[in-house]
Amino acid sequence: MPLKRKIQELQKKREVVLKGGGDAAIEKQVAMGKMTARDRIISLLDKETFTEYDLFAEHEAVDFDMDKKTLAGDGVVIGTGTIYGASMCIFAQDFTVAGGSLGNMHARKITKIMDHALKMKIPLIGINDSGGARIQEGVSSLAGYGEIFFRNTLSSGVIPQISVILGPCAGGAVYSPALTDFVFVVEKISKMFITGPEVIKTVLGEEISMEDLGGARVHSEITGNAHFYAQSEAECFEQIKKLVSFIPLSNLKKAKKFPPKDPISKYQIEDIVPGDPKQPYDVRDVIKAIVDDSDFFEVHELWAANMVIGFGRMGGETIGFVCNQPLVLAGVLDVDSSDKAARFIRFCDAFNIPIVTLVDLPGYLPGVDQEHAGVIRHGAKVLYAYSEATVPKMTVILRKAYGGGYIAMGSRHLRADFVFALPGAEIAVMGPEGAANIIFRKEIASAEDPEKVRKQKVKEYKDKFANPYVAAAKGYIDSVIEPKETRKILLHAIEVSENKAVYLPKKKHGIPPF
Amino acid sequence: MEKTSKTSDSDASSATGAKTSGGKTSKTSGSIKEGKSSAAVKSSNGKGNGNGNGDCGNGKLRCKSLIVDGTKYRTQLNKKFENRKLWEPHNPKKITSLIPGTIIKIDVKVGQTVSEGEQILILEAMKMKNKILFGMDGTVKSIHVKEGEKIPKDFLMLEMK
Repeated sequence: MPLKRKIQELQKKREVVLKGGGDAAIEKQVAMGKMTARDRIISLLDKETFTEYDLFAEHEAVDFDMDKKTLAGDGVVIGTGTIYGASMCIFAQDFTVAGGSLGNMHARKITKIMDHALKMKIPLIGINDSGGARIQEGVSSLAGYGEIFFRNTLSSGVIPQISVILGPCAGGAVYSPALTDFVFVVEKISKMFITGPEVIKTVLGEEISMEDLGGARVHSEITGNAHFYAQSEAECFEQIKKLVSFIPLSNLKKAKKFPPKDPISKYQIEDIVPGDPKQPYDVRDVIKAIVDDSDFFEVHELWAANMVIGFGRMGGETIGFVCNQPLVLAGVLDVDSSDKAARFIRFCDAFNIPIVTLVDLPGYLPGVDQEHAGVIRHGAKVLYAYSEATVPKMTVILRKAYGGGYIAMGSRHLRADFVFALPGAEIAVMGPEGAANIIFRKEIASAEDPEKVRKQKVKEYKDKFANPYVAAAKGYIDSVIEPKETRKILLHAIEVSENKAVYLPKKKHGIPPF
Repeated sequence: MEKTSKTSDSDASSATGAKTSGGKTSKTSGSIKEGKSSAAVKSSNGKGNGNGNGDCGNGKLRCKSLIVDGTKYRTQLNKKFENRKLWEPHNPKKITSLIPGTIIKIDVKVGQTVSEGEQILILEAMKMKNKILFGMDGTVKSIHVKEGEKIPKDFLMLEMK
């Protein structure tokens, strides 16, 4: 039975390749607290849905005796499968095979699955665990990186792209994750940097560990390169699954609708937002008072925490939240929080996710370091992103909305569709103290008791302008609402915006202040 | 060498020499301190005038120069490099201000045992009474601020044991 023998031959061949780098290498991988590439894919995807391609791919390198070596699958596993029934394209670099180094065939496998994802309009998940370029293949491996970056860029805004860093990702390789929409890192396992500790030591004479230079915490707290931080690979996969449940397959689709559910009743906006504008509170509690089942999935939780972004559902539909966080740095807009908000707004806009903005901020953060760090350029990104976004935009002014911060945070002037304000809202060009000092400078200076006059003028200004009614009288806000009405009116606004259609002037693309 | 080497790789050795003679104690090449010329310093001169890192050659950046045996040598060591802020590991026991403001209330005393999440003080800044909380359990070692004091950013407010 010749066919039977051929089938046996195939099974044998498969068995060999599925071993990856062999038992010793797998043992080493496991000892580092890491799963193997295939195990990772299998535990991430729905049970028995993973279908692998290019299992028998072989490299074509000949230099440095490479022609005598075989590398199982050339160090990368590619395929398709589903998460909660939604189709995904996925690749995972296999560190047990030549350190997951990227050669020509390795790159061609990755680009093949990327092309699939773009054609089929389904999300791409890339699991990175690689020592870097395969030196023996020289410029071919650089070419491979370039091809990957190019496809990352083409796919941007068409399909969601997710990068998972489960091992080293150094040098040029870091730019693929940087071009994707969401980056996941795991404590002690993820390492990302352009130049490693060795180079830094040689060039600058500074000593720093890999963990301190580009570990998981560094990228989720300081650089903002990573969006999600987990303690273990298993936790990381749960986060990915949760994210996938909130986002659509592509820019042609809307996110999956879930059955609506009321928020947990212990979250009441009236109890959360203090009347005294100087008292901080956690804006995430306000979000929990608004979203279905009080289930809010935060993005970039540890970085630039003075801005809170993330996904929740309202009436079963995915909503992107962009909120100032009075608990951290008084909720100011600064360089990092502007970047954070702007990019998230653009993601939501690209993937048809309505945006709810909760405003409570004193303005942009003053200071030499902020100015010199380019708060003008970075702050402009928020204005750009809001103005350009054509998805439904709802804004609720919870309390303070002063100066440039008021304009930036989804104001009517940037074409918010609905702007509501709570009765405690203060919408003015600047705070009462500063404003009174400028407007009544002469009166205060010439008074017998300047301090008394100053206080009186501050109060006058406060009574007259630190409220939502001046803006309401001009139609800049649509309605002053009671806190308990917030969810209801937002649900109504989302329903009304269901078929929103806005067309921007025809252009190749805009030029955001990158 | 590893302690003081600098930007341009070809001139790494010259930078080493320069820093040493600039009055800084360094582990490498003590010979220059004694005023003896060394190969390292000489190579600095040769490169500085010719094909060295252009920044120093055309004098746009202020570089240190040193005199050895009556000859003036220009080095690659510029002010910017010397004054650069070295990376320091984050010390959770030192609590510094993230924003300039006024201390309006201090809730702890020196020697007090505190636990994570407890309030340290209130820092009024940007129209907000910001609550500063402990990020870890421990004992207060010293407090460097008073109520009513105005502090800048990155000011050391409190130390933990």
